[in-house]
Amino acid sequence: MTTWADLLFLLVLVLDLFVLASSRLRAGIRAVAAQGGLLALLPVVLAGPATETRHVVALALGALAVKGVGIPWLLARATRESTVNREVAPLVGFAPSMVLGALGIVVAVWYAGPIPLPVPGKHPLLVPTAIGTAWTGLLLIVTRRKAVGQVLGFLVLENGVFVLGLLLSDFMPAMVEVGVLLDLFAAVFVMGLVMFDIQRAFSSLDTEKLASLKD
Amino acid sequence: MAWNQTILGTGKDPIPTLSLLLIIAASCLAATSGGWALALRRRPALAQRVATAVLVLGAVLGMAGAVLALAGQGAAWTSDWPTPRASLSMKVDGLSAFFLLPVLGLPALASVYGLGYWPQVERGAQSIRLQLYFGLVTGAMAMVCVAANGILFLAAWEVMALAGFFLVFTEHEKPEVQRAAFVYLAAAHAGNLALFALFALLGRMAGSFEFAAMSGLDGGAPLAGWVFGLALFGFGLKAGLVPLHFWLPGAHAAAPSHVSALMSGVLLKTGIYGILRVTGFFEAVPPAWGGTLLLMGTASAVLGVAFALAQHDVKRLLAYHSVENIGIIAMGAGLALLGRASGNPALVVLGFSGAVLHVVNHATFKGLLFLGAGAVHHATGTRELDHLGGLGRTMPVTAALFLVGAAAISGLPPLNGFASEWLVFLASFQAVVGHGAGSTPLAGLAAPALALVGGLAAACFAKVFGTVFLGHARSSHAEHGHEAARTMLVPMAALALVCAAIGLFPVAWVPSLTRAAGEWSGLPAASLAGAAGEAAHGAWRVSLVALALLAGVGLLAGWRRRRLGSVQPAAPTWGCGFARPSPRMQYTGSSFADQLVLRFGWVFFPRTRVEPPTGLFPRRAAFGSHMPDTVLDLAILPALGSGVRVADRLRAQFGGRVQSKVLLVLLGVLGLLAWLGLR
Repeated sequence: MTTWADLLFLLVLVLDLFVLASSRLRAGIRAVAAQGGLLALLPVVLAGPATETRHVVALALGALAVKGVGIPWLLARATRESTVNREVAPLVGFAPSMVLGALGIVVAVWYAGPIPLPVPGKHPLLVPTAIGTAWTGLLLIVTRRKAVGQVLGFLVLENGVFVLGLLLSDFMPAMVEVGVLLDLFAAVFVMGLVMFDIQRAFSSLDTEKLASLKD
Repeated sequence: MAWNQTILGTGKDPIPTLSLLLIIAASCLAATSGGWALALRRRPALAQRVATAVLVLGAVLGMAGAVLALAGQGAAWTSDWPTPRASLSMKVDGLSAFFLLPVLGLPALASVYGLGYWPQVERGAQSIRLQLYFGLVTGAMAMVCVAANGILFLAAWEVMALAGFFLVFTEHEKPEVQRAAFVYLAAAHAGNLALFALFALLGRMAGSFEFAAMSGLDGGAPLAGWVFGLALFGFGLKAGLVPLHFWLPGAHAAAPSHVSALMSGVLLKTGIYGILRVTGFFEAVPPAWGGTLLLMGTASAVLGVAFALAQHDVKRLLAYHSVENIGIIAMGAGLALLGRASGNPALVVLGFSGAVLHVVNHATFKGLLFLGAGAVHHATGTRELDHLGGLGRTMPVTAALFLVGAAAISGLPPLNGFASEWLVFLASFQAVVGHGAGSTPLAGLAAPALALVGGLAAACFAKVFGTVFLGHARSSHAEHGHEAARTMLVPMAALALVCAAIGLFPVAWVPSLTRAAGEWSGLPAASLAGAAGEAAHGAWRVSLVALALLAGVGLLAGWRRRRLGSVQPAAPTWGCGFARPSPRMQYTGSSFADQLVLRFGWVFFPRTRVEPPTGLFPRRAAFGSHMPDTVLDLAILPALGSGVRVADRLRAQFGGRVQSKVLLVLLGVLGLLAWLGLR
């Protein structure tokens, strides 16, 4: 099954770059949804003979429901109902941010090699994908001006954390499941509130306007 | 799980040995006891009784287990815990057992006291909250004493620290309680941070977080010095060694009195337990360790009692006495470490026994004193010494019991404070006269310091007892004093009995103390035998002196009664010729201690407010003094204040936008990764 796992990891990384480069919000949301769906497949593909089927299925279904369907749907609805401009409006241009993202992924692959892991025999692309995806997420949060773009960044960051969590899912499955889903829920919840507040105060989702609140 | 067994590589017993089983049961019962107060809250009187009964039951079981362990039935047990590098490893040895006795006994008595002092019927939700955290902190402390895995220890430690915070925070509507609780929380977490680093280093040196793997580490290794420094900071902050004592007076004064008794009596001791446990891991300890601990202990003892003399809030005063007694314990531990460094078994046994016995003793007499102070506060509504007076007539039993505690803490025979301080004295003499090569003459200076401390403590308690219980009431608060309820008097009487029992027969403890010292130091039992004989000899002499003293006092009292017959003179004290003396003309606590406090002008910075009488017909004049804590109020808070100003300026610079905040996080993470990668 190694080849399937290779493919999945590569697709996740490509989607990272796609989110960085996409200029329209809807496309970004779809890409993040696709990434969540792919991640839901990962536990199944990576499952060894020792892992319990019950936990693998629970993790996969949970991730699919939350990352692939639930949150993207909420986000899409938010963009549709709020009269936001559907453009992304970045602080850093698309090409530079994509170059930065690609650089980050290269560094992640180089960096992940010598990291000692608590469990040996894991897939060689797992840690680079996790670090690269987390890097992309942080980059999105820093470079995007709109709150929706930042929520996308948080989601991508969480996807990276989820991949890293798979490393531990063998010996504390329940902890990883609960932790991942709870964390994600909290992040979206907070960002939802932020979006709501910004829109109510300024009739816009532009975080630049928050700076005017500064004392 | 297969994974855990490969890491641990040990066989597992399904059920722990009896002594450990009893202690685990005690920890669980104690930790959940507060739940009963919550579950039965519809019937508050019953709820509090059930919760107290469960806590007492747990304490009895656990103390039985500790006594079994002291009798030589130590036990270890290991089980899986699905967390990386952690396991549910527990072990009870002599050191654990000695700490478990007060750790379980004092909270049980204090919770009985709480029935009268903090009744759920009157206090409602506040009392439920207090009982929840009271049980939790007791269970966590018991777990700290038996944990044999670094992660388990840290987890129990964290629960203990947080539950302690909520206990201090009980009366959270008062501003001084809020301040004290948050200072405590900050100090506790600074200490916890050091402990995380400490156990990370220990785990690195030993290759495992199991305490079993950590024994026999080399004290001369380069990391060992860091380990000791971190232990001294992290555990010293909990124990309250000067200058890390700053959180302690405020927290003890702000908490309800039976919580203060628990915190001062046993919560601080977990810090001492940690220092002893960690130093027990090492072999060939450098002499600098013992020297540092001895020096810090001496400083704590002398400065603690000096600060205590200057206080006028009775609970703050008792809190500074805890600093003093922790100092005495640290002196004993430091002497024992010096003995290990210089290969002097007699010094090890005497110093260790003095320290550990003083842990038990301080828990009993300081518990007694805080409960007594609580009874006074309960009856009068004030903790100000200079507002009290004459309570000996309205609260005779409380006064008598408080006097027992005061004599014990001053190190007077026939009570227990004398027994353990005597052992520390013997240890410091031993440091001077010991083997030619192994002698450490400077350590002998501990003896005069200890003598000074004992004298000052006696002066301080003369001040407290005289101001609170003798003379006339100085304010309307004190006029309405009434004797405490029986549920409050019985625990105090029990503690007083323990004080007397240990003071009269300290020799009963010597064999188990020697065994614990052997386990701690790794010295063979044969080499300790001579020293144990010496300690037993010293203990017998303590008993003899105590009995002689009791007999002498008894004879004198009998003689006096015979001479006086039934005629008891009753007349007011001579009022110095004043025509209309008023109670406000009595010596106050501050004026009594002033001459002694003046000697310590070099560490005190008292704030006084003087409004002198002016003119030919002066109208009003006032004098007020306030004693800030030198470390907290004059060093830490100003430093933190300037830190906060810098942070404010930085936030104004960068903090406006989400993006720049996350950019800072990103740069931080990148820096950390780069540092880890380049190392």
